[in-house]
Amino acid sequence: MSHVLPFVFNFPSFSILMTLMGGMVTPFIRNGRVAQKINFGIITVVGVMNAILFGTLIAQGGDGTYTYMMGHFPAPWGNELRAGPLEAFLATCFCLVMALSILGGLKDIYEDVRPKKQYLYFLMMNLLLASLLALIYTNDLFNAYVFIEINTIAACAIVMIKSSGETTVATIRYFIMSCIGSGLFLFATSMLYNITGELLMSSIQEKVIAIYQNGDYAIPLTIIIGMMVCAVAIKSAVWPFHSWLPNAHGSSTSSSSAILSGLVLKGYLILLMKLCYRMYTPQIMSELRINDVIIVFGIAGMIIGSIKALKEHHIKRMIAYSSVAQIGYIFMGIGLGTDIGMMAAFYHMLAHAFTKPMLFLAAGSLVHRAGHKYEIKALKGSARENPLAGIAFTVGSLSMIGIPCFAGFVPKVFFSTAAFQCGDWWRLTIVLIALAVSTVLNALYYLPACVHIWSPKKEEVVHHGHADAHGHDAHGHEEAITEHAPEAMEVHEEHEHPKRPLGISFIASMVIFIASNFALGLAFTPISEILKIGVSLLG
Amino acid sequence: MTNNPNPENKKTDQKLSPIRMLNKWVNGEELPMEEKDFELHLDMKETNHPVLTVRDRARKFRKVYVVFSICICVALISIMMIATIQMPPFGEVDVPTNNEVSEKYIEDGLTDTGSANIVAGMILDYRAFDTLGESTVLFIAVNAVIILLKRDPDNPDLSEEAQDRREELIAQSKPNVILKIMASVLIPFILLYGAYVVLNGHISPGGGFSGGAIMGGALILFASSYGFKKVSTFFNFKTFTGITSTALLVYACSKAYSFFTGANHLESFIPKGIPGAILSGGLILPLNICVGMIVACTMYGFYSLFSRGDI
Repeated sequence: MSHVLPFVFNFPSFSILMTLMGGMVTPFIRNGRVAQKINFGIITVVGVMNAILFGTLIAQGGDGTYTYMMGHFPAPWGNELRAGPLEAFLATCFCLVMALSILGGLKDIYEDVRPKKQYLYFLMMNLLLASLLALIYTNDLFNAYVFIEINTIAACAIVMIKSSGETTVATIRYFIMSCIGSGLFLFATSMLYNITGELLMSSIQEKVIAIYQNGDYAIPLTIIIGMMVCAVAIKSAVWPFHSWLPNAHGSSTSSSSAILSGLVLKGYLILLMKLCYRMYTPQIMSELRINDVIIVFGIAGMIIGSIKALKEHHIKRMIAYSSVAQIGYIFMGIGLGTDIGMMAAFYHMLAHAFTKPMLFLAAGSLVHRAGHKYEIKALKGSARENPLAGIAFTVGSLSMIGIPCFAGFVPKVFFSTAAFQCGDWWRLTIVLIALAVSTVLNALYYLPACVHIWSPKKEEVVHHGHADAHGHDAHGHEEAITEHAPEAMEVHEEHEHPKRPLGISFIASMVIFIASNFALGLAFTPISEILKIGVSLLG
Repeated sequence: MTNNPNPENKKTDQKLSPIRMLNKWVNGEELPMEEKDFELHLDMKETNHPVLTVRDRARKFRKVYVVFSICICVALISIMMIATIQMPPFGEVDVPTNNEVSEKYIEDGLTDTGSANIVAGMILDYRAFDTLGESTVLFIAVNAVIILLKRDPDNPDLSEEAQDRREELIAQSKPNVILKIMASVLIPFILLYGAYVVLNGHISPGGGFSGGAIMGGALILFASSYGFKKVSTFFNFKTFTGITSTALLVYACSKAYSFFTGANHLESFIPKGIPGAILSGGLILPLNICVGMIVACTMYGFYSLFSRGDI
């Protein structure tokens, strides 16, 4: 008991407490711009700390995980954090994505949020990051629940803060669905405590294996696992529970959409993966047939999310539906139940975390340039006026489709490798078919959007009467979708919107996003090695 | 723009087959949301064109909603019943929850934490990180309500002006003598009792959460009998944020110290005191005070924000 930890090992606890304190200090400031600077500083420091921790853990090699007592009492009695290279890597990536998302949408934040409430936006951001970091690092089930609550409220608040009728309705939906998810998780936690008597994840694992082997509480155990998977599925918008997502992500300010789909959904998925490895073990999950359910819902989400996105003509809602499809991929990876499937799921999570925020921010900028019109058809020529956002949107689209060299391609390869390795012919068949179909569907809705933003603007598109006629001859297959679009015409009133210049923060954010996208797509060997080591240490 | 009749929209809605309508319902909202769908149509009688509001849609699918929700509820209830029947019985000796974890809390709680109230020792010392999270939940919830409901005093809208006028009228109208006198008698005792529960949280049952709720109740009683104006002379938005943020920061900083020393196996310089004395239990007493202040402010904050949109 006398050994003193290396100072670096304190960083997970420091980063959670620091972000929490950042949120607590913000009400004293009451000024959005100062609050933003403090928030940015905290995210940077936390990101650097986690990067250092990651470097140290990788340099140690081998068994790089350790547990960290939160207080003077060891684990089953006190709270505990557990950090390994994977956790540190994910925390670093999350900090990076959050900083870039806020930077990229800064002007939208100042435009969409009332000046007196801007500081509250950054308060929510600090606490959101704290909860995400806690979900990544925690080793205690009830602790995870507490931070799920913080995450839920913060995520709803950053949708609601735009304070339009649309966002209010979206927030109500989001909040009700989220509360159902939280409730299921809490129920499952208390039931699990009843049959195991533990809240620490590693101790639960021992008890769960014992329970499973002597078959005492077989039915409650199955129901508990099902409820937890359901809770995470609701929170991360897997197919049958996705109905809150398009409204919430499509209507909020660009930074909020970026962070919601890039990070908030991922926090819960990481929790699910941790539950899967650290509590229930993959073997029990597959023997109880939970994995089959997960894989079916994942694949259904991949296909149906893409079809819904294909039918959508509101650009942000289209990207939001695409998130449903991408979360389906990650769920499918978890459902494959092999280490390489899990690694592919983590890789896809990273690829999506670095791509989707970029798409949302670029779309936000293009929409602004086109005079606050969200119709894909109305965005014609916007990329020519705003090439950086256009390039970012195109890179993001290609990455989401899964073109080689871009981030989204690598996980698809790993998914198919995992499918071949799992040795089950029906899994192999449906996974490969789903991958192929979903890739084609992704291309079907992303490519027309790219063509639209890059094609030259024609004057008659602006006039009301000709807009439909023009669309008919040029883009036949999109017509079926846009039949309910009379409100598109009404938006033209504020056409003469003053064009604001691209800020340096937006340029920096887009460039880093594009660069990291290529990095994920090209330098996949080291990253997948890291993830493999991380997954093997997760259990 | 908002009052434009929109017959096309209506027509396409009616043409849909039941299956597509069901599909639309299952998938949430397929039609693009329009601003006018969310407006309250208080002047429905004046406009004679049909406007399809969210409420109208809800009415249309009412039967489907009822059938589906009953089915889902029955399914969930039966699943939970099956699980509960097989769970270990509550309160028996040989149940899984009766293990070394709770044993240590009961046997060593007094010496480990110095607090006679084991529950306080558990939530504020053994598992203080969870409680820090719970206090942050209160803090973030009240801030979310501020985002939603706090009005801007510089440009009030019509309903807010009406609210102000109503408040003034209430203040000028005949005083609620009975309420005021009873409140002035009760409030000091309630506050005193709340303070007692908070300060004795480490000795007797109670603590920050329950004591804070009592004190918040006293503030709410004061506000409802004497009016919000009186409260705002000593408790306004500035003091509210000051107290909650400071209390949480003190909590977080003291616990950061204790987490750091605990994890690095360093000696903590905070004396535990003699169990049972008022100054005992190490950090538990100051933490209880912090939690009590947060809870009291949050309770009153919710009441005030929901009733008048300001603190």
